[in-house]
Amino acid sequence: MTELSNTSAAVGEPTSAGTASEAFLRVRDLKVHFPTDDGLVKSVDGLTFSLEKGRTLAVVGESGSGKSVTSQAIMGLHRLGTRGKNVQMSGEIWLGGKELVSAAPDEVRKLRGREMAMIFQDPLSAMHPYYTIGNQIVEAYRVHHKVSKKVARARAIEMLDRVGIPEPGKRVDSYPHEFSGGMRQRAMIAMALVNNPELLIADEPTTALDVTVQAQILDLIRDLQKEFGSAVIMITHDLGVVAEIADDVLVMYGGRCVERGPLAEVFEKPQHPYTWGLLGSMPRIDRETSERLIPVKGSPPSLINVPSGCAFNPRCPYADLPKGNVTRTVRPELELADGGHWSACHLSTEDRTRIWTEEIAPKL
Amino acid sequence: MISYILRRTFAAVILLLVVSAVTFAIFFLLPRLAGQTADQMAQQYIGKSPSKADIAAVKHNLGLDQAVYVQYWHFIKGIVVGANYDLGPTTVHCDAPCFGYSFKTHQAVWPELTSRLPITFSLAAGAAVLWLVSGVAIGVISALKPRSLFDRTFMGIALAGVSLPMFFTGNLAILLFVFNWPIFGRDYVPFTENPSQWANTLIPAWCSLALLYSAIYARLTRSGMLETMNEDFIRTARAKGLGERTVVVRHGLRAALTPIITVFGMDIGLLLGGAVITESVFSLPGIGQYAVQGITDNDLPKILGVTLLAAFFVVIANLLVDVLYAAADPRVRLS
Repeated sequence: MTELSNTSAAVGEPTSAGTASEAFLRVRDLKVHFPTDDGLVKSVDGLTFSLEKGRTLAVVGESGSGKSVTSQAIMGLHRLGTRGKNVQMSGEIWLGGKELVSAAPDEVRKLRGREMAMIFQDPLSAMHPYYTIGNQIVEAYRVHHKVSKKVARARAIEMLDRVGIPEPGKRVDSYPHEFSGGMRQRAMIAMALVNNPELLIADEPTTALDVTVQAQILDLIRDLQKEFGSAVIMITHDLGVVAEIADDVLVMYGGRCVERGPLAEVFEKPQHPYTWGLLGSMPRIDRETSERLIPVKGSPPSLINVPSGCAFNPRCPYADLPKGNVTRTVRPELELADGGHWSACHLSTEDRTRIWTEEIAPKL
Repeated sequence: MISYILRRTFAAVILLLVVSAVTFAIFFLLPRLAGQTADQMAQQYIGKSPSKADIAAVKHNLGLDQAVYVQYWHFIKGIVVGANYDLGPTTVHCDAPCFGYSFKTHQAVWPELTSRLPITFSLAAGAAVLWLVSGVAIGVISALKPRSLFDRTFMGIALAGVSLPMFFTGNLAILLFVFNWPIFGRDYVPFTENPSQWANTLIPAWCSLALLYSAIYARLTRSGMLETMNEDFIRTARAKGLGERTVVVRHGLRAALTPIITVFGMDIGLLLGGAVITESVFSLPGIGQYAVQGITDNDLPKILGVTLLAAFFVVIANLLVDVLYAAADPRVRLS
C-alpha cells in the first residue's frame, strides 16, 4: 500500500522547471536489489525523479545510500559482468522516448556512451593503464561512429583541446599515468563527451582531486553543459560541490529519496532531519571556528534489514515528536510543499519549521 | 632501451660466472672441505681396486692435484679458448667453448649439449603452445562464468592436472596411446628429417607436459581475470558502450595477461634447461636425460655443463621477461 501511494504521488509530478512528461530523463519507482548470501540488498528501493536537459541534479547522501547504484542503473551497467544475471531491477527509466529497464541489453549498450555518458571518481583507475588517452577516446568515438581512425583521432584531439589540455596533439599519445590527476579527469570528461551525450552522469568527479583542481573541473563541467545543453547528474557527498553546480538537489537515504527540490529550497529551507544533519556536518567558512561540526549520529542503515517505518528513525533526534509510534511503523511518503519541494518525514510542517529556524539554522 | 639491454647482458654474464663458480665449488671444493682427498676423488673415475699409479695418473689428468681455484680457472679458460685433456697415451682437444670433457663416456660435454638441445626445445615449444592456448582459454571462460558447470569441471581437471605427477600421466599416455592403441610413434625423429613423424612422436609428451602446465595457467588466468574484470577501467569500457567481447578481450584479458608473461618466460627458461622427468618417461634424448645420466654415473663434467646451460636459459628468460613486460605495460619503464 505504501509503495502504491508513493508511486502514484510521483506520477506526473510537477517539477520546478516543467512537467514530467517533458523531462528528458524520468526515473519512476526504480528498484535495484542484489541477492547475496546474507540476504537481499535493497540498494535502491523505489526512487522517482526527473531531469530536464540543460539542468544539473545533485544526488547527495552518505556512502551506501544508493547514489552510485542509481547512476549505474541508468547506464545499464548492473546487468553486465558475472553478477549481472542476479541483479533485480524494476521500475522505469525513460531516457528521451526510450524505456531502459525493460530494453534489450544491446539496445541499452547502443545508448551507452552515445546518449548517456559517465565520468568516474578516480580517473587513474577508471582509464585503462595500457592504452594511450587518445586510443581510449578514439575507441569511445568509433563504437558509435563509423569513421576512420584518423578522423576519430582528430576528434579526440579536438575534444582534449576543448577540455583545456595543453598541446592536445602531443598529449593525445600520452598514457593516463603520464597525466596529473586534474588532467586525467579532463581527459575522462573529453572521453565522456566525445559523442555529444544528452545526459552526463558524474560520479563524485572531484572527490579524488586536489582542492585547487576541484573548482576547475566543476567549472569545466558547467561550461560544457551550457555549450552542449546536456542534462547532468552530479553524484556527490560534498555539499560544497552541490552549492556550486546544482539546479536541483535529491537527498538519498537508505536507497530512497528523503528530500528533493530546487537548490535554494533545499539549502535554505531543508525539511528532513537527515538533510539538517548533512548541512550541520559541512564545514563553512562563515562559521565560528570554535563551533564543532555536528556529525549525524549512528551509522548508515543496513540495506538488507532496513529499519521499519522511517529508515532514518534510529538516528533521528526527533523520532519521538510525532504522536504514536508512527516513525517506527509507517514509512513516510514524499509530500510536495511549495516551490517544488518534496520531503518524506512524519514531522508536522509546524514542527519542522520551528526546529529548523530555532534549533538548526542558528548553529550553521 | 639499448643501453638497458647492454647493462642487463653484462649483469647476466656476471651472474653466470657466479653460478658457475658456485656449481664448481659444490662439485670440487665441497668434497675437499668434507675431508675427501684428491686421491679419493680421482678414484671415482677408475674401476675397482685401482693401482696407486692409475690414481696418480687420473689425478693429474683431471687436474685434481691442483688448487680448486686453478681448476676453476682452467675450466673458464676452456670455455673461451678450448682445452686439451691428457689421457695418458693420447691427448684430446676440446674446442672452445669447452664445457668440460666426460672421462666416463669419453665425449666432450658441449657437442652433446648442442645436439640434444633441439630435442628439449621441440618438447618445450610444442608443450608451451598447447598449455598457453588451452590454459588461458579455459581460465578466461571460467572467470567469466564463475561457479558454472564449465568452471567447476575445468577447475577440477586443473586441480588433477597440477596434482598428478608426470611419471603417472606420462606413463599412462604411453600405455594407452603408444602401446594399447598405437596412434603415436615411440622413437624421436628430428624435425628436419620428417616433420610429421617428429610431431607424431612428441604429441603424447606435449600433452602430458601441457596438462601439468595448462592447469597452472588456467588457474592463474582465472584469478587474474576475476580481479581485472572488477577494475574500474572495465566499468569505463562498458560505459563507453563497447560490446562485451571487446571489453573482455581488449580491456580485461590484455591487463590480466601481463603477469602471465612473467610466469611463462620463467617456465620456458626452466624447461629448456631440461625437462628431466618428461624426457626420461618418454625416452627423449634431450638435456634432461643427459643430466640424469650424469647424475647416475656421478659424472661431474656433465652435471656441471647442464647446470650452467640451465642457468643460462633462466637468466636469458629473466631478461626477456623484463623487456617484454616493459613492452606490455607502459607504466613499467626500463632504467
